[in-house]
Amino acid sequence: MKNFMRNMMATAVMATLGFVGQAIAKDLVVVSWGGAYTASQQNAYHAPYMKNNPGIKIINDDSAGTAVAKLRAMNEAGNVTWDLVDVVAADAMRLCDEGLAEVINHDKDLAAAPDGTSASKDFGGLIVSECFIPQIVYSTTFGYRTDKVSRPMSSICDIFDTKSFPGKRSLQKSPLGNMEWALICDGVAPDKIFDVLGTSKGADRALAKLTTIKSDVVWWTAGAQTPQLLADGEVVVGSTYNGRLFKMIAVDKQPVAMLWDWQIFDLDGWIVPKGTKNKAEVMKYLRFATDTQRLADQSKWISYGPARASSAPFVGKHATLGIDMAPHMPTDPNNSKTTLLTNYEFWADNKDDLDAKFNAWLLK
Amino acid sequence: MEKIQEKISLVTADGTPLKISLARAQRRGKMVAFMMVFPLLFFVAIAFIVPIADMLLFSIDNSIVKNILPKTTEALKDWSEYSGELPDEVVFAAMVEEIKSAKAAKQHTKVGGRLNYESSGFSSLFRKAGRKVKKIKNPPFKEALIESDKLWGEIYTWQVIKQNSSDYTDGYYLAALDFKRKFESGKIESLPEKDSIYLKLFFRTIVISFVIVFLTLVIGFPLSYMLSTVSTRTSNILIIFVLLPFWTSLLVRTTSWIALLQQEGVINDFLIFIGFITEDGRLAMIHNATGTVIAMTHILLPFMILPLFSVMKTIPKSYVRAAISLGAHPWKAFWKIYFPNTAPGIGAGSILVFILAIGYYITPALVGGVSGTFISNRIAYHISNSLNWGLGSAIGVILLGIVLLFFVFYDRIVGINNMKLG
Repeated sequence: MKNFMRNMMATAVMATLGFVGQAIAKDLVVVSWGGAYTASQQNAYHAPYMKNNPGIKIINDDSAGTAVAKLRAMNEAGNVTWDLVDVVAADAMRLCDEGLAEVINHDKDLAAAPDGTSASKDFGGLIVSECFIPQIVYSTTFGYRTDKVSRPMSSICDIFDTKSFPGKRSLQKSPLGNMEWALICDGVAPDKIFDVLGTSKGADRALAKLTTIKSDVVWWTAGAQTPQLLADGEVVVGSTYNGRLFKMIAVDKQPVAMLWDWQIFDLDGWIVPKGTKNKAEVMKYLRFATDTQRLADQSKWISYGPARASSAPFVGKHATLGIDMAPHMPTDPNNSKTTLLTNYEFWADNKDDLDAKFNAWLLK
Repeated sequence: MEKIQEKISLVTADGTPLKISLARAQRRGKMVAFMMVFPLLFFVAIAFIVPIADMLLFSIDNSIVKNILPKTTEALKDWSEYSGELPDEVVFAAMVEEIKSAKAAKQHTKVGGRLNYESSGFSSLFRKAGRKVKKIKNPPFKEALIESDKLWGEIYTWQVIKQNSSDYTDGYYLAALDFKRKFESGKIESLPEKDSIYLKLFFRTIVISFVIVFLTLVIGFPLSYMLSTVSTRTSNILIIFVLLPFWTSLLVRTTSWIALLQQEGVINDFLIFIGFITEDGRLAMIHNATGTVIAMTHILLPFMILPLFSVMKTIPKSYVRAAISLGAHPWKAFWKIYFPNTAPGIGAGSILVFILAIGYYITPALVGGVSGTFISNRIAYHISNSLNWGLGSAIGVILLGIVLLFFVFYDRIVGINNMKLG
């Protein structure tokens, strides 16, 4: 009986302590894309941070795909429950425009590079919005089935060449990327693309080029679709995010190769939602998670390029596969001979218009 | 007269007239009844009426420009937008001042974003203005603002701003019905055929939904008939087969159809195996309207079977037997006696399937390709991607209107009282 009482007491004390402990621990809700991407952040940022800061518990929320709309709804309801959100650069700009994201003082809020270079210089031109903290450079590019083509694909215009490369292609159901590629292959000089695309005639020209392959296209809406379509043999070639193709090639060992020509660079990174209840803790976490080493660590888990120039020398081998990651990075010199950086300003102005045109064209 | 009435009115033991006493007792009862349904009423109001009212409001709300640029919009009232001349210095001065204050509150980009829905280019115009106005300190503001971006010197820019400075707009509805307001003249024009989107999608959504209703009925009717005639034990097992997919995730069911129907998929492989088609003639059954129809018919089938089954179970078998024994041909007995009795089930099932189908968007997005996507896919796009909630809401309101319209038609032709939901 005595033992029993003592056990009860001990349990009660422990429960109380546990409860108090929980009350002290701060939950940070970090919103990201889920899957392999969130896993890379968990391994490179969250786990080491929580180890060093036992008072912080990071909770992953995989709803980045609908984050912009949800943030706006939270803001209208006056109850922001997220602390940090992973978004693509275009969305970061829009959230910043709408006043839904905190303005960041990059030099003050973020760590400098190991050699003392300020954060804003280290990130350079990748800080496309004052609310945006760049994290990775990814690219939308093509993968093709090596066993279903007569010769390796090497040019973006091979996509439009249905004679030499018959079979279906998968493209994103969006004007972004497709219209730029169409113009490049229609003979527009790469540096003039957005001048041309900004005119009504130019948009029609891009669509006319896309019309030549319209009946051969399977349109995707989620990044996972192209790898699946490639694996099933539904398409010979398809566009998607380069990390997805890396997984197909390096991890799943599928007969797929990369077509890097005119890959379109885009950025992904953090924004701090306006109205977060844990701003101080989040800023502390951000300083850690976006430093040179952490960004380099992430590339051990996923083939996206770190956004800091100073992280490049630290990119090493894949954490579990042991293969060299550098050749798989979109930023590797061999892969980035011809590239296009998403023109954020242009798309902020013209996306609605071109998207309407694009969808009307799809319905024709 | 009054005195006589008072005299003959009945009173209770304590002297109050019976009428009043009764009313009091009933009022209490009514209060109790109201209190009991109050939580439900409250829930309906919160979960149903408020969001719909909110959506209606979103589709006409246009207060952003007026709220953020009050002085400019006020000053623009004196400017005649078709005069062919730029607004006066007063308007420019107000604009510069208000962009400065909006920039401090980080709201100038909101105006730009709102106006960009009307005309491309406003987003960057206001973002740029926010960066440059701080350098503009002294009049004349007109020249200074135009120097910062020549778009400010175009009459069109001001026409767009002026025509969007009222509290409410019909612009979203115009856009949702493929019309466009020409800001140069203020006239409303319909979009050329090649640019129209929404009318085509509304039409397609309704047609495909009807096809799905028809198919679920054709498949569901004999199935429900069988369920209602076999022994209870067998029918219970079969009902589980009907319900099993119902409990499976929508995404799982949709993606299984992809595996089955795609060109390198199971069905095509089988058809080649039995020699029905050749390797080059693989059928395209997915990423088009066919895919949407097949997958959605399967997904919505239980909603047809369950009401049909519940109605068929209550139809006495003796009816048909009586008809046959009186000399009717079995087909005639079915058509004249049995079928009319199933009408409440058909009505309920059809309305249910139709309303669910018309609002579907996940399945069409995954298997519909280009020819099989619905209007709801555009709503989803505008709510979560383009953030043009006004347009998304306007399309939503129109869709709601269409559903209500069909409901009214149904009520006129069949009668809503005739519906039986199980």
